[in-house]
Amino acid sequence: MRIVMTAVLTAVRPRFVWRISVPGLIAVCAICAVIATTMPHPAHAFSDEELRNVTEKLNVKSATKKIKAIDAMAADGDPRVAPILNAMLEGNLFVRDSDEHVVIGAKKGKVWSHIDIVSGEIVGESSSKELSKIKVNNRLRGALRDALAALNLFSKDIVVRTAAVEQVMDARDPSMLPLLDRAIEREEDPTLLARMELAQATMALAAGETPKQRMAAIDVLASETTPQIRAVLSQFVASAEAEGYEPEVIAAAKGALKSVEGRLSMWQTLGDVYRGISLGSVLLLAAVGLAITFGVMGVINMAHGEMIMIGAYTTFVVQQVFASIFPSGSPWSLMIAVPAAFVVAGLVGIVIERCVIRFLYGRPLETLLATWGVSLVLQQAIRSLFGATNQQVMAPDFMSGALELSNGLVLTYNRLWIILFSLIVVGGIAIVLRYTAFGLQMRAVTQNRRMAGSVGIRTGYVDALTFGLGSGIAGIAGVALSQISNVSPNLGQTYIIDSFMVVVFGGVGNLWGTVLGAFSLGIVNKFLEPVAGAVLAKIFVLIALILFIQKRPKGLFALKGRAVEA
Amino acid sequence: MNKKLQALMGAGALAWSAMTLSTAQAADTIKVGVLHSLSGTMAISETTLKDTVLMLVDDLNKNGGLLGKQVEAVVVDPASDWPLFAEKARELIEKDKVDVVFGCWTSVSRKSVLPVFEELNSMLFYPVQYEGEESSRNVFYTGAAPNQQAIPAVDYLMSEDGGAAERIVLLGTDYVYPRTTNKILRSYLNGKGISDADIMENYTPFGHSDWQSIVADVKAFASTGKKTAVVSTINGDANVPFYKELANQGIKAEDIPVVAFSVGEEELAGIDTKPLVGHLAAWNYFQSVESDANAAFIKKWHAFIGDDARVTNDPMEATYIGFSMWKQAVEQAGTTDVDAVRQAMYGQKVANLTGGTAVMNTNHHLSKPVLIGEVQDDGQFDTVWETEGTVVGDAWSDFLPESAKLTADWTYPWVCGNCEKPMY
Repeated sequence: MRIVMTAVLTAVRPRFVWRISVPGLIAVCAICAVIATTMPHPAHAFSDEELRNVTEKLNVKSATKKIKAIDAMAADGDPRVAPILNAMLEGNLFVRDSDEHVVIGAKKGKVWSHIDIVSGEIVGESSSKELSKIKVNNRLRGALRDALAALNLFSKDIVVRTAAVEQVMDARDPSMLPLLDRAIEREEDPTLLARMELAQATMALAAGETPKQRMAAIDVLASETTPQIRAVLSQFVASAEAEGYEPEVIAAAKGALKSVEGRLSMWQTLGDVYRGISLGSVLLLAAVGLAITFGVMGVINMAHGEMIMIGAYTTFVVQQVFASIFPSGSPWSLMIAVPAAFVVAGLVGIVIERCVIRFLYGRPLETLLATWGVSLVLQQAIRSLFGATNQQVMAPDFMSGALELSNGLVLTYNRLWIILFSLIVVGGIAIVLRYTAFGLQMRAVTQNRRMAGSVGIRTGYVDALTFGLGSGIAGIAGVALSQISNVSPNLGQTYIIDSFMVVVFGGVGNLWGTVLGAFSLGIVNKFLEPVAGAVLAKIFVLIALILFIQKRPKGLFALKGRAVEA
Repeated sequence: MNKKLQALMGAGALAWSAMTLSTAQAADTIKVGVLHSLSGTMAISETTLKDTVLMLVDDLNKNGGLLGKQVEAVVVDPASDWPLFAEKARELIEKDKVDVVFGCWTSVSRKSVLPVFEELNSMLFYPVQYEGEESSRNVFYTGAAPNQQAIPAVDYLMSEDGGAAERIVLLGTDYVYPRTTNKILRSYLNGKGISDADIMENYTPFGHSDWQSIVADVKAFASTGKKTAVVSTINGDANVPFYKELANQGIKAEDIPVVAFSVGEEELAGIDTKPLVGHLAAWNYFQSVESDANAAFIKKWHAFIGDDARVTNDPMEATYIGFSMWKQAVEQAGTTDVDAVRQAMYGQKVANLTGGTAVMNTNHHLSKPVLIGEVQDDGQFDTVWETEGTVVGDAWSDFLPESAKLTADWTYPWVCGNCEKPMY
């Protein structure tokens, strides 16, 4: 029985519940329900008949009545209730049209199996048409999660208990206090005990009756740093002043509030820096390909954004192919998409260079117009091929969700990966430029074309490959950007201006300038945004950049020596 | 003799010319202009509406056409370029001589073509929800006005079932529709006892892609203990990164529900909706609504577009209602003459795809039901609330002092789109 409930409750951890696939969850529930009922139940609050009756009460229209029924089900702590409530939370609790009985539905293909709520056995099958769903809305989902949390406080699984405590803390419902007190008595894990005491303190502060109780609660809260605690304390200060509590309690609460706020604002600043770095890494990825085509070769490539877009669409295609061949392995399709996007975008880049750009070297205006035309052609081509609507690129599990630090700072995994990825890409380019023969030839051609040609370097060939490299890297950027942006034919346009901004700011022809430029623009933007709003922040950054270019026309790091004149 | 011959020849010539004229007219078609962007940023939404009009025209022709003539769709591409909308509208009306135009999505494109339609006295059907504060003699608005979408949506958020929100975040893209809607909402919320301190308003540029700070701000704003909800008028491409960030930062709909006015089935098609279950949208139509008319419409759409995975959405229903009403009005008037059809439009009734009947009012807005739906994990919406009957679209919001006193009524004695007193 213990193992059974653990399995059930693992599936209902509120914080992670939505990432578990629905059919999987149903299967787990179903299996658990089956095993649960085949074992003796020593501590059932409900008889089978009562459980059935109380569950049938969920079959009403009014949400208020449903919540009453949920509370009645959860109140007695019967472990068989959890799978039922969980099925309801997932939208898998149905009323059978034939006999008006409440059943749990499990979908297999187009057929729905009806699982009895008490016995856990399959009692029928039908299409979806013969089942009417017991509707849940946000209010019910909240009530269900709270009810499940109360049941889960006594789970044997520490992960489930932790999640339950967090849910209880979020709910801040004083009626949970007696339950929490009981859970604290039993808890043995010191970390979780501390969380439980914190949750207890958040509720005890308002519910506490003696100054001593309140002071104790304030003491516990003062050492924490989350926005929730700040809210609890500031609400308490307001109500304490209104109700005329003891001055020392009010003073202590104010002191605690101040220290929490102080620490929070420090974390807030750290958060801004992190978000700035994250935005910087996106800018860096978008710009680094341009740093090669524009920075090194001097081609004003307006089709750069479309190379990013091609990379994103390659990711989409790779994912589709992967999903159709091995449905289970699709999280790894991103790994395949990176080289694929590099090759596809690189080849497109080489074709553009050979067919258009090579005739226009040294004529920047014509290049600008021609590449802009190419960008329109590519956009419309993608629109005709894939349609104008967004394509869905799935996020693999390791890129979903966030690392939540307890002080309210949220580091989303996709952004963390992108920061890492951008550094890897830049590092890779630096190595190629510095240590490979191709990098040497490339630098030679861009520094002095005629001299390079006369020592036997095929300059045209190097040009094509360099442009291909820049485009290929833009394609790789597209793989990363498909995770945070929408994959539509307009994807490239969103990034083209930012890319040019970064390259010009960092200094044309200098990779490290691009890196520094991207991160500083990102951080400045993120510090301005909360103050000025997103629209004004963008304008300020642009104005600052224009002024900066006036002062230093060659950007942060100007190339020195003969290369400048070449 | 000579004179007789001359007269005969003259008569013959006249008869001949009359004959050619009549055959020319019989071969003539009724032309319907389609003014939706097929390239540029808005192509993502507007291409679908172009296809919807083509499907409706196709369907009409299969059933014998209109007034005994075939209907011909003239499609132009204004390329998401607002001034180009005006040029293309003029081209449709003056050069192609279309009898009616279905088109526009953004408010700025509608504002751009408005003077053209008024100058040339032509007729535009505008199928998208918008900010109101407008009623033109030459435009029929078949999308929702703010009182048919925004106001019921915040009412729901503040109701017990919607979570009893006490703090509201207004997030929008920086242009006329979100700004006007939020102005109306702020004044409405103030009237409901929500003070300015409990309202956060934030605007972002078109295509904004980095939502980290704003989502973190919303979280901080919601951490005060009062129940908080978000009203999103974010438009177009910015929605996907916004919802991805919401999902990744772990904002659950139970804690902070987001109700969107510009996100429908089509917009959700680019997102994995599993983490978004429970977030809301307010529309007059959802694909998931079960009715025979809707099932038939979806079937027809899938057959026309040749792809069973394509979704239907609210502006498509609005296009359908507008097209059907225009067809009925033309049949009733017996001509496609703009003034006659306009008179016949008032009071036209078309069955909604979701049940009930849409009626065209004399302020050129529809009476329609309002639905609020929660996002499901399959990218569809589940209706959680709907109005009892239909709601009459209000051109001039009652919640803005300067527009509350204005009336739009294009029948006698008012004959005016923005008057305080009747014209006659």
